[in-house]
Amino acid sequence: MISYLEFEKPVAQLDKRIEELRAASGHDDVDISAEIARLEQKSADLLASTYASLSPWQKTQVARHPARPHFRDFVAHAFDEFIPLGGDRYYGEDEAIMGGFARLGERRVVLIGHEKGNDTESRLRHNFGMGKPEGYRKAIRLMELAGRFGLPVVTLVDTSGAFPGVEAEERGQAEAIARSTEACLALPVPMVATIVGEGGSGGAVALASAERVLMLEHAVYSVISPEGCASILWRTAEKAPDAAEAMKVTAQHLLKLGVIDRIVGEPAGGAQRDPVATAKTLGRAIGEELDALSGKDPAELRRQREERFLRIGTL
Amino acid sequence: MNWLSRVRNSLPFGNKRETPDNLWVKCPSCQEMLFTKEYEDNLSVCPRCEHHGRIGADERLAQLLDLGFDVLPQPEVAEDPLKFRDSKKYTDRLKEARAKNPHKDAFVVGSGAIEGRAAVVGVQDFGFMGGSMGMAVGEAFCAGAREALQRGCGYIVCTAAGGARMQEGILSLMQMPKATVMTRRLKEAGLPYIVVLTDPTTGGVTASYAMLGDVHIAEPGALIGFAGQRVIQDTIREKLPEGFQRAEYLHKHGMVDMVVKRADLRETLATLLDYLAPAKAA
Ligand SMILES: [Zn+2]
Repeated sequence: MISYLEFEKPVAQLDKRIEELRAASGHDDVDISAEIARLEQKSADLLASTYASLSPWQKTQVARHPARPHFRDFVAHAFDEFIPLGGDRYYGEDEAIMGGFARLGERRVVLIGHEKGNDTESRLRHNFGMGKPEGYRKAIRLMELAGRFGLPVVTLVDTSGAFPGVEAEERGQAEAIARSTEACLALPVPMVATIVGEGGSGGAVALASAERVLMLEHAVYSVISPEGCASILWRTAEKAPDAAEAMKVTAQHLLKLGVIDRIVGEPAGGAQRDPVATAKTLGRAIGEELDALSGKDPAELRRQREERFLRIGTL
Repeated sequence: MNWLSRVRNSLPFGNKRETPDNLWVKCPSCQEMLFTKEYEDNLSVCPRCEHHGRIGADERLAQLLDLGFDVLPQPEVAEDPLKFRDSKKYTDRLKEARAKNPHKDAFVVGSGAIEGRAAVVGVQDFGFMGGSMGMAVGEAFCAGAREALQRGCGYIVCTAAGGARMQEGILSLMQMPKATVMTRRLKEAGLPYIVVLTDPTTGGVTASYAMLGDVHIAEPGALIGFAGQRVIQDTIREKLPEGFQRAEYLHKHGMVDMVVKRADLRETLATLLDYLAPAKAA
């Protein structure tokens, strides 16, 4: 059963009532069946109307939902093959950032993305999707490989941010992120990035400096977490909902600001309610984007990528 | 206005020198009371403990560039497109910062020469909203790079930032790839890009143009890092190592080429520019 978010309580109550009726009714109980159908419709309508007007803070909760599809779900349901490649060749293998060769229909690509994990063991192994320098350096290595063999790069961004730790700093977290951003910008092949959950700060932009940036409908993308922003500017993390509102973290806002290019719709009630359908929809969208970019020459691709960032902030 | 008066006006103590309070300045490190004039003549470095104080953009430009350099006009950028407001409106915070500062935002570009070698110097000013990187900073960084490309000379950037300009939200984050577009263009043009990391350089600035130099110089004792120390401490729940995220620590861990005292900075840059002269066509 899906875990309900705080703002989904009214829906949860309806669903609970439906379950109770189901348990109490036999197969031929026509009256109760009709009541169940009526409540199911009501629940679906309520869910749809709730999700049609989520606040930025509510979207942040959705984007962080533990049942939301993660890298491995997209690999399983959007791609037709995945051959993981490991290691940065300098220090180690960081499973917070996964990468490898992947096939999307007939298209061969290099796929890179954050993986948060889905249970205690895998969350620890993937460090909750918080990349370390070696993860970003692996991404750089894979992007360079993609460039040399003419493989488009597809990235799936889902991180609260790069890992804040002593060793990460010592091994050059900042340098690794900067170089990863640079590697994106230098690519002679098409690059399509999608913010699928949380796009947190430099740790996200290092894999999202692409000519086409997509965002799932309820994903968020921001320079700092709403809690972080609130604790600095409002001096209390409790003001996170205000910070989320003020920072314009939603896909709908970011499309208007020209920071992203396309919103990919999620199933009713959010991606967490149907990871498979979400992945399939995203796979189709990425495929369309790659097809639109195919055949462009390297200089044209770079120019398009550069222009989308250079124009931000100019009048 | 000549360069001297322009620079004087921006000195932190310059405009109030007649009041007795400002005759003296306390070293933030060793607490020694120093004669303001003596401190400034010593490039705002404590003569007793060698603490390198934070300095404004004009003071830095005057220290590094030969007499007669030009200050580039501040590029016009979209102002407060998010209509951001916390306890105060962002536009009011900007107004306050501008009232206290000779420049419109936290990044100032000087175009001239360093001991006779053509150079463009960009300076991020911690005194303006903590040097935070927003659209104006990003655009000014790019303008400096364009000036260097046009003049065919090196670009030197003195970084200083407490982090992102949160009031510009995602548009602040977008300055990271934006600035990186320009560092790549310098590289492609065969022009040197030298970073001088000053106290403090943190967050997205460190994770973009501050770590992409051909040569990285750090001022002694400067705080340089990606994540904030409190955030790291909350994550690992251990005491941070001695000297963590200081210039000398970064040097030890291979992130900066050299730690250079402010008194030697100009000469060091001049020497480096000789080695990194744009390659002549064969
Ligand atoms: Zn001192």
